[in-house]
Amino acid sequence: MSTVVVIDYGTSNLRSVAKALVFVAGNKHKIIISDQTEQIRSADRVVFPGQGAIGQCMQSLKEKNLDELIKESIRTKPFLGICLGLQSLMDESDEDGGTKGLGIIPGRVLRFKNNIKDENGDTCKIPHMGWNQVNQSKPHTLWKDIDDGARFYFVHSYYVEPTNESDIAATTDYAVNFTSVSAHDNIFATQFHPEKSQKAGLTLLKNFLVWKI
Amino acid sequence: MSLAKRIIPCLDVDGGRVVKGVCFVNIQDAGDPVEIARRYDEQGADEITFLDITASSDERNTMIDVVEAVASQVFIPLTVGGGIRNLDDIRAMLNAGADKISINTAAVKNPDFIDAASAKFGSQCIVVAIDAKQSHNTASGWEVFTHGGRNPTGIDAIEWARQMADRGAGEILLTSMDRDGTRKGFDLELTRAVSEAVNIPVIASGGVGTLEHLADGILKGKADAVLAASIFHFGEHTVQEAKTLMKRFNIEVRL
Repeated sequence: MSTVVVIDYGTSNLRSVAKALVFVAGNKHKIIISDQTEQIRSADRVVFPGQGAIGQCMQSLKEKNLDELIKESIRTKPFLGICLGLQSLMDESDEDGGTKGLGIIPGRVLRFKNNIKDENGDTCKIPHMGWNQVNQSKPHTLWKDIDDGARFYFVHSYYVEPTNESDIAATTDYAVNFTSVSAHDNIFATQFHPEKSQKAGLTLLKNFLVWKI
Repeated sequence: MSLAKRIIPCLDVDGGRVVKGVCFVNIQDAGDPVEIARRYDEQGADEITFLDITASSDERNTMIDVVEAVASQVFIPLTVGGGIRNLDDIRAMLNAGADKISINTAAVKNPDFIDAASAKFGSQCIVVAIDAKQSHNTASGWEVFTHGGRNPTGIDAIEWARQMADRGAGEILLTSMDRDGTRKGFDLELTRAVSEAVNIPVIASGGVGTLEHLADGILKGKADAVLAASIFHFGEHTVQEAKTLMKRFNIEVRL
């Protein structure tokens, strides 16, 4: 039986993520929610969820000494970042007057521009909220049984821009073509919420649970 | 653009049970929120909204159990509204597995609540519900009402939407009280006016009687999502039928 830890730093979608993992895990994987060093260290897989503002996220991580722990576990274990769990891996974000990230994947976090129009002349509202297509830009184990262009649920106002193209695993169009998944070695981090993306999302979580690195 | 327009069935929950005679073929228990939510999920609903209409305060906590149970089985976004008064109420619902919290009266009573809620939990989970009615008392011609359309507030609905967005709301759930329950279609003028006044997504609500009304809400009302109750509940139409029709009108949908 393998253990999957969902890192607890007070983010609001924590339970949703854990519930979806429990739903797909069957009795082969144990899902725990924890902020305890030992539990995170001994887990086989790490899920780093996130929602809300990045300033508060980084602050909570530091207060709980989770930032160094994440950097440590990210080197060796299958690691799934979700939403802010993707954004905070970057070097720096424009949010909250400029916030330093964990600097694990080289790149920046930018805000969607106000009043950008789509091809019909309609304003692209911010947050980017709803089901959008995820176009896979490189092969990955976690794409197994998921159609290229499948829709996932997004809700965010900021997006990542990895420096290296090789770190981009999928892109999505919302007036700009932005990185919706960044993957690097044992890290797979999504801007969308697999835990809220029905079949496609559950498939992705299932793939994560059996991902061998 | 490939962001899909959303279709959101809305369920009224009283004391932990879905009310207003939801009617599905072969459903074991027409009042069970989990079973109904699962049906809508299978039909392709993009989100589900639960409106807690429980009057007695002793039964308030049953809504938390409902959300907990649904969120363990249905993996699409869940919005919960009705009786949310403070940050603790929001936290309890989010912890139970809700993704978004819809706030109406509490925002009218104290607009600062929206600033506090979005700062604490993030704009993405704060939906402001606006019940608007035509009125001569405001500049735009629409006035904000509370208590199911009974109490006028004197607040201009368009101005209110703008203010709520500025204070950190992540989305507006706009209900026309003139149209609600009439099955005559959305108040498209109102919907369009609000949608064009704010830079956050707007959900149109109130008055849907046909599938074409849903498409009108998107195409003419410029809404980002459409919410409906009875049209789906009574088994007249499925969410899938609605999406098929919308696609025929060249509206992006998740099929």
